[in-house]
Amino acid sequence: MNDEHKTRTVGIDLQDSEESRALVDAIEEDNPDAEISRMPGLVQIKSTRELVIRRETVEQRMGREWETHELQVHIVSYSGNIAEWYDDEIVIKWENWRPPVWGVQSSDRGATTPQV
Amino acid sequence: MAKGKLPMRERYRLLTRDLDWTPTYVKPEDVYPYTRYEGIKIHDWDKWEDPFRLTVDSYCKYQAEKDKKLYAVIDGFAQGQGHLSLTDARYVNSLKLFLCGVTPLEYAAHRHFAYLARHLDGAGGRFAALCQSIDELRHAQTETHTISQYNKYYGGLHNFGQMHDRVWYLSVPKSFFEDGISAGPFEFLTAISFSFEYLLTNLLFVPFMSGASFNGDLATMTFGFSAQSDESRHMTLGLEVIKFMLEQDEANVPIVQDWIDKWFWRGYRLLGLVAAMMDYMLPKKIMSWKEAFELYMEKQMLEGLFPDLEYYGIRPPRHIQQAITEKEYMSHQVYWILYQFSHAANFNTTVPPREELDWMSEVYPDTFDRHYRPLWERARDLQEQGKRFFFNGLPMLCQVCQIPMGFTEPGDPSTICVRTSDFRDERFNFCSDGCKWIFDREPEKYVQAWLPVHQIYQGNCGGSTIPEVLNWYGFADGDGGEYLTSPDKLNWDKWHTGAVVGGA
Repeated sequence: MNDEHKTRTVGIDLQDSEESRALVDAIEEDNPDAEISRMPGLVQIKSTRELVIRRETVEQRMGREWETHELQVHIVSYSGNIAEWYDDEIVIKWENWRPPVWGVQSSDRGATTPQV
Repeated sequence: MAKGKLPMRERYRLLTRDLDWTPTYVKPEDVYPYTRYEGIKIHDWDKWEDPFRLTVDSYCKYQAEKDKKLYAVIDGFAQGQGHLSLTDARYVNSLKLFLCGVTPLEYAAHRHFAYLARHLDGAGGRFAALCQSIDELRHAQTETHTISQYNKYYGGLHNFGQMHDRVWYLSVPKSFFEDGISAGPFEFLTAISFSFEYLLTNLLFVPFMSGASFNGDLATMTFGFSAQSDESRHMTLGLEVIKFMLEQDEANVPIVQDWIDKWFWRGYRLLGLVAAMMDYMLPKKIMSWKEAFELYMEKQMLEGLFPDLEYYGIRPPRHIQQAITEKEYMSHQVYWILYQFSHAANFNTTVPPREELDWMSEVYPDTFDRHYRPLWERARDLQEQGKRFFFNGLPMLCQVCQIPMGFTEPGDPSTICVRTSDFRDERFNFCSDGCKWIFDREPEKYVQAWLPVHQIYQGNCGGSTIPEVLNWYGFADGDGGEYLTSPDKLNWDKWHTGAVVGGA
């Protein structure tokens, strides 16, 4: 099972625009393993396990204040699961690595990724 | 974060939990009467999570920003005669398919999410549905605005509402969506939010939007990006609602599994039209249907999503294997149907130019040269002899997906697949095991299908001759038929040899 999980990727597709360039730079900085590719009009960022977008890094790159909600203007698609969306960061990752406990949200039962 | 502003999480909680109340002098089931009869058990609606944590102020702010950006591009494109920089007028056929097939579904989605925004028990779900309802209306409007500039110069776009309701091939998307909205709220969410907007979204988006980008259609590309930015929220809703149902009660698992099985196949069959458009209607190709299917379905969904759902006891959709087998030939089979019947459609078809046939030989090495290239070369020969082939009869339709019965036995592209079921002393026909399985689960529903061919024979479509039916469809001269002799092609050639656009 675990071997299978290692190949599961998450990703996000952003519009290729002047503004999202700083965003892409910030994502690259916070996710050193991420792979970036381009299609006309699109920047596609892929990563195994998870992708993090941090407000502080984006603000440094943009040179202005930035709300995580602003991602909505740039996002085109994603693959995976939006696990967290807070004021300071957004995390995209697959959640379930252990059997479910019925009637309990995954976040409450402490779903975690296995240690590799 | 601005100083003095509450954290996002707290604002969202205040909106979706604190503003809500529990009725005391009316029973909850009287206030929300539609969320119990499907058998889905919900114990705690507060467990509904919306990772976007949208509030009214941020929703309005960002949606307004998206619209401003979009309309600046649409105006610029129209003012600069952007349609003249397309790769070819043939590309516009994909817009005809989109406007008549997809835009009315956006409007239907707007209406049904408005219903959910009233009828879900939990305030979190109701607010997410309200936002999506407004999104879908925005999509219907912006798509209409974006494509309306083409309506000044090209055929087939002038009557899309009526066409959606009446034209034979448009009963495929129409009946798909009406199957969803006539189901209960949880099944609808599984059908549209999860199966269509999460599982299959990239297979719809990439062909149309990257197709627009590759073929010089800046306006549609920009509209597409603008809509997709909402779509990411809809995908999230789809995934959350599935997890919510699965986590609330173990008894929900088999019900949800059945719906996933049904709606995967319903959505996949509908995308047959998209597959054909992707491989045949785009003069400049992005990737083949086969490659898109491998990347977005096999890689992202089967390897990414389904291991996540496996923990709840959910397995990949029944009949997925057949879809995998069909990736080698589905687009060719659907476009061959469209080619033969485009005299009764609102778009033009033609035999692909030689270099496109070569491309298909390359990307479909196992099937194209053997089964489809000879077909197209024969069709071209006939055309060159002045005998362009159109099928002069009405096809048998699948009772469930409503596509003419042109699909073949899985793995055998030379034998047409026919499945049947008997119900109340009548025989019903299906294009595949998937569609038969869907019928057999709910025969009482699908015997009511409005099948265009049956309706024509029953005299409900304007008359008994083809011209009468086409008139009832709302077609104008040149809307359908062969592309090479179409008004679109003739105008295009004129405009590119110096004639005044819009002139006689």
